[in-house]
Amino acid sequence: MAREASTSRKLTYTVIGWSIGLLIFFPVIWTFLTSFKTEGEAIANPPSFLFFNWTLENYHEVQDRSDYLKHVINSVVISFGSTGLGLLIAVPAAWAMAFSPGKHTKDILMWMLSTKMLPPVGVLVPIYLIFRDYNLLDTQLGLVIVMTLINLPIIVWMLYTYFREIPGEILEAARMDGASLGKEIVYVLAPMAVPGIASTVLLNLILAWNEAFWTLNLTAAKAAPLTAFIASYSSPEGLFWAKLSAASTLAIAPILIIGWFSQKQLVRGLTFGAVK
Amino acid sequence: MNLKALLLGAGSLLALGVAAQAETLTIATVNNGDMIRMQKLTDDFTAKNPGIELEWVTMEENVLRQKVTQDIATRGGQYDVMTIGTYEVPIWAKQNWLLPLEFDEGYDVDDLLPPIRDGLTADGKLYAAPFYGESSMIMYRKDLFEEAGIEMPDAPSWDLVADAARKITDKDKEIYGICLRGKAGWGENMAFLTATGNSFGARWFDEEWQPQFDQPEWKETLQFYVDLMNDAGPPGASSNGFNENLALFQSGKCGMWIDATVAASFVTNPDESRVADKVGFALAPDNGLGKRGNWLWAWTLAVPAGTQKAEAATKFIEWATSKDYLELVASKEGWANVPPGTRTSLYENPEYAKIPFAKMTLDSINSADPKNPTVKPVPYVGVQFVAIPEFQGLGTAVGQQFSAALAGQISVDQALQNAQQLAVREMTKAGYIK
Repeated sequence: MAREASTSRKLTYTVIGWSIGLLIFFPVIWTFLTSFKTEGEAIANPPSFLFFNWTLENYHEVQDRSDYLKHVINSVVISFGSTGLGLLIAVPAAWAMAFSPGKHTKDILMWMLSTKMLPPVGVLVPIYLIFRDYNLLDTQLGLVIVMTLINLPIIVWMLYTYFREIPGEILEAARMDGASLGKEIVYVLAPMAVPGIASTVLLNLILAWNEAFWTLNLTAAKAAPLTAFIASYSSPEGLFWAKLSAASTLAIAPILIIGWFSQKQLVRGLTFGAVK
Repeated sequence: MNLKALLLGAGSLLALGVAAQAETLTIATVNNGDMIRMQKLTDDFTAKNPGIELEWVTMEENVLRQKVTQDIATRGGQYDVMTIGTYEVPIWAKQNWLLPLEFDEGYDVDDLLPPIRDGLTADGKLYAAPFYGESSMIMYRKDLFEEAGIEMPDAPSWDLVADAARKITDKDKEIYGICLRGKAGWGENMAFLTATGNSFGARWFDEEWQPQFDQPEWKETLQFYVDLMNDAGPPGASSNGFNENLALFQSGKCGMWIDATVAASFVTNPDESRVADKVGFALAPDNGLGKRGNWLWAWTLAVPAGTQKAEAATKFIEWATSKDYLELVASKEGWANVPPGTRTSLYENPEYAKIPFAKMTLDSINSADPKNPTVKPVPYVGVQFVAIPEFQGLGTAVGQQFSAALAGQISVDQALQNAQQLAVREMTKAGYIK
C-alpha cells in the first residue's frame, strides 16, 4: 500500500517535472522547428507543429550571408576570456572575504552587488566615450573587460558562498602541516571547491554568451559576437522569423552542448551547500 | 650590424605591407531585402576598386538607428558609411555630423527624384544619397472588388475606400475590408496616421509650433480611422505593423492594405503570397483637399563626419546609388528587384515600366511634398514625421494614445486630449513654445 502510494506520488512528480521542463524548453524547441520552415510557414496561422516541408534553406541563407565562424570565435573569446579574468580576480577576493572577514566585509559584498542595480544604459555614453578614447570600441579586449566587470559581483558572491561552506579548520590544518598560501589554495581549497567553481564558471559563460546589451552597443564588425549575429536577422519590413530562428539555433547550439554535458556539475554546484 | 640591418629591412617591409594593405570600410545597414542584395553584389565594387574592402554591420532598423546615433553623436568613428532615413538626414546635417557628398559628373545628381533629393539637401549641399525610396499606396484584391461589384479608380477618395472596405468585409470567412497599421510607434501607426491626417487637413504643429491635436481635423482623422477599423478591420489591429499586415494580406485575409510601396514586390511574389496574381494598386486616398494620405521615405547612404576614410566611403556610395548599380541588379536579379524610387531614368526605362507597380510607385512618390506636407502651412519638414530630434519620443507617445483608442481602451476624444497634453509638455520642455 505504502509502496503504491509512493509510486503514484513519483508518477505525479515526474509528470509535473516534465511538464515544467517542457514548458520552459518550449521556446527553444519552437525556434528549432521554425528554423526548418519556409518564411510563409513560419508565420502561418494556425501554425503546423511537425507536418510542414522541412527545409535547410534558412541555414543555407544564413551561412551565405554572415560569417558564422567569426561570430562564434568572438563569442568564445569574450565569454571564456571574461570568465577567466573574472576568476583570477574573484578567487582571491572571495577567499579573503570568506576566511578572514573584516569589519566591512558584508558592506563590501553589498556594495559590489549594488553595482548590478544600476540600469546599464545609464552608463552607456560614458563607457562609450572611454572606449572611444582608448580605442577599445569593436575590440575583443574591450568586451572582455566590460563583461568581466559586469559579472564580477556575481562571481565573487557565488564563490564567497561556496568558500564559506568549507570549514576553515581544514585550511588551518594544512597550514599546520606547513603548506604555503599557494599550496593551501591549490591543493586544499581548490579540490574542495571544484563543484562551486565549476558551476560559477558555467553560469558566467552562459551569462557572457547571452549578454546582448553591451555586446550590441560596443561592437560593429570586428568583435561582434553571436548576439549581433542574431540581431542582424530581425527586420521590420519583410518576413524574417525562419531565418532569425536558424540564426538563433546556430547561436545557442554551442552553449547548449556545453550545458548538456556539464549539467551534472551545474546542478551539483548550484545546490552545493544547500543541505547542511 | 647584421641584426640591425635585418631589423631595418623587416621594419621597412612591414611598413610597405601596411601601406599596401587594403582600406576596410565598415558599413552599417538595415536588414531589408534591397540592402541584403547590395551586400551580395559587392564583388562588383571590390573588383572595380582594388584596395577597398567592405565589412558589413547589418541591423534591425531600431537597433541600427540607436547604434549609429550613439556613434555619430560621440564621434565614435566605428562606421564609415551609414544607412539612415530621410528623418535623420536634415537633423544630422544641421549638427554637422555628416560630410557633404560630391560625386563625379557621370553620377548625374539631377537624375535623382526631386521630392527625395529635396529632403536630403541642406544649404544646397547633398548630405546623403538615396539607395531606395518609397511612398505608400493602396494594394487591393481585384477579385474581391469584382465580386462586390466595386470599381477601384486610380486615385480614390477616403469615402470610396471606406464604403468598399465595409462592403467587402465578411468576418465569418475571415475576410476584412481593410488592414491598416495600429501598432504604436513613430515609424509604425504614426507614419500612417500622420500621412492620413495630411489628407484630412490635420497638422502636428501650426506655424508657431503650437500642437494641433485639439483641432477638428485631427478629431475627424482619428474618428474616421477608429470607426473604419472597428467595422472593417481585422481583430487585434492595434498590434499590427507592417509585417503583421503583410502576413494577413498574403494569406488572403485583407481586401485592401495601405502601406509602403515596397510591399508591392512581396504581395505579388507567388512564392510567398497566396494572392500574388489578384493584387491591384491605387494611389493613397484623398479627401478632396488637395493632399493625399501617402508618405515619403528613403533609405540613404551617408558618410559620418568622424570617419578617417571619407574618400573611399564616398566612392562606395557613388557605386551603390549609381545608374550602373541599377543595371547590375537588373542583370543579376531581374528588373522587379531593382531598388525603386530614386532615379528618374529608371522610370523612363521601358523594361522597368513593365513592372505592374512601377508607375504607381513613381506617382505616389511624386505626389508627396516634404516641405508642404499638409493643407495648411507648417514650420517643419517631413510628410509622415516631423524632422526635429524630439519627434521620435513624442511620436511614439502620441502613437500609444492612438493605438489605445483603436483598441477601445480610451475614447477618441480622450486620446486626442492626452496627445495634446503630451505634445504641449514636450514642446515647452524643448523650448519651441513658451
